Amino acid sequence: MSAVAAPRVPDADAVRDILRGVVDPEIPTVSIVDLGMVERIEVGPERIEVELLPTFVGCPAQELIRGAVVDALASFGRQAIVGFSFRRPWTSDRITAAGRERLAASGFAPPAEPADVRCPYCTSARVAMDSVFGPTQCRSLFYCRACRQPFEAFKLV
Amino acid sequence: MTIAALDPRTGTALAGLLLSMADDEFVIGFSDSEWTGIAPILEEDVAMSSLAQDELGHARALYELLAGVLGDGRDADALAYDREPEAYRHARLLDHGRGDWATTIARRLLYETADAARLASIGEGWPPLAELVAKIRREERYHVMHVLAWTDRLARAGGDARSRFVAALEALAPDAPTVLAAQEGEAALLEAGILTRPMTSAAASWRAEVAGILGPLGITIALEQAADTARSRSGHSRDFRWLWGELTSVRRSDPGATW
Ligand SMILES: [Zn+2]
Repeated sequence: MSAVAAPRVPDADAVRDILRGVVDPEIPTVSIVDLGMVERIEVGPERIEVELLPTFVGCPAQELIRGAVVDALASFGRQAIVGFSFRRPWTSDRITAAGRERLAASGFAPPAEPADVRCPYCTSARVAMDSVFGPTQCRSLFYCRACRQPFEAFKLV
Repeated sequence: MTIAALDPRTGTALAGLLLSMADDEFVIGFSDSEWTGIAPILEEDVAMSSLAQDELGHARALYELLAGVLGDGRDADALAYDREPEAYRHARLLDHGRGDWATTIARRLLYETADAARLASIGEGWPPLAELVAKIRREERYHVMHVLAWTDRLARAGGDARSRFVAALEALAPDAPTVLAAQEGEAALLEAGILTRPMTSAAASWRAEVAGILGPLGITIALEQAADTARSRSGHSRDFRWLWGELTSVRRSDPGATW
């Protein structure tokens, strides 16, 4: 988890910094902030509200992530109200540039049209989709003909 | 926006629409999940499990909206699991069991295309549903990609694969239009902007789409106008009663437990 110490008077930036230590257990190298899941942060005198957007409607990690956010906010010593909403659809273009770099560095192709997917290992375009569906709802399976590596690509949603 | 803002007539019609959509997604999700571990190839084990997970997730979100509209103390799990088989309102198309692989693909093709036409008919009238549908439609794109690839593969394979696929489409065709049967209280839904077109219009565009997919493959099936919702979504089959026994077995083993 994060080593950032909570300030005495929290503000939205401080909350966001703490949330940089929270990850989706299915994508452990990118924080929920870099994934673009944090939609709204409101800091009041008695409580902190955080609204999250699920990457997929049926993402089974939602409850785990919600719990991790509540735990991360505990250091502020205020009531934390954390929930998921569909107020705006989470789309793959909400992933930050830093998030995309970290995905590629961990062997995941960032979201793109299937025809535009590049190998995260050798950047070759000579790739083929093996299966639309991968090990989690958010990823497809690809194979790189250039470096002969299988890899996973994030779906474009 | 709020549930209280809906007049009772619209509220009742909305509850009916949500229940139809949720039960459809719930039943096809559970039925498709039966392929986990026994699909023809490993990629399809993964694909069917992932598709089923998506559909069950959509069902859950729809049951949650329904729980808010009904406000009778039942939560999403209670709505999903604590009903007798007769109380489910999924379309008759989904009363057919998964059958063989050709039947599963035929059922997915007919259902996914009809569901897409239904989702395209949801307007901005009730924001919680409009927001959820916007998200669901982005995910369904991958479901359509999957089922169209298999439709092509089975139809072009010839031999046993093609004949089983065509036979499955013909067997399911009489019940396929039930997904887009007219909703009870449809006039109120249209007036409130919850629906943007009557189900008969959605059905017409769906029939044209199915013909556009199957025609180039040399397959023609007859899709009639569905009976009304009451008849299209009741009187469930033995296949469904068996499935209901399976999908409620864990819940019934320890009622009220927290898992
Ligand atoms: Zn490569």
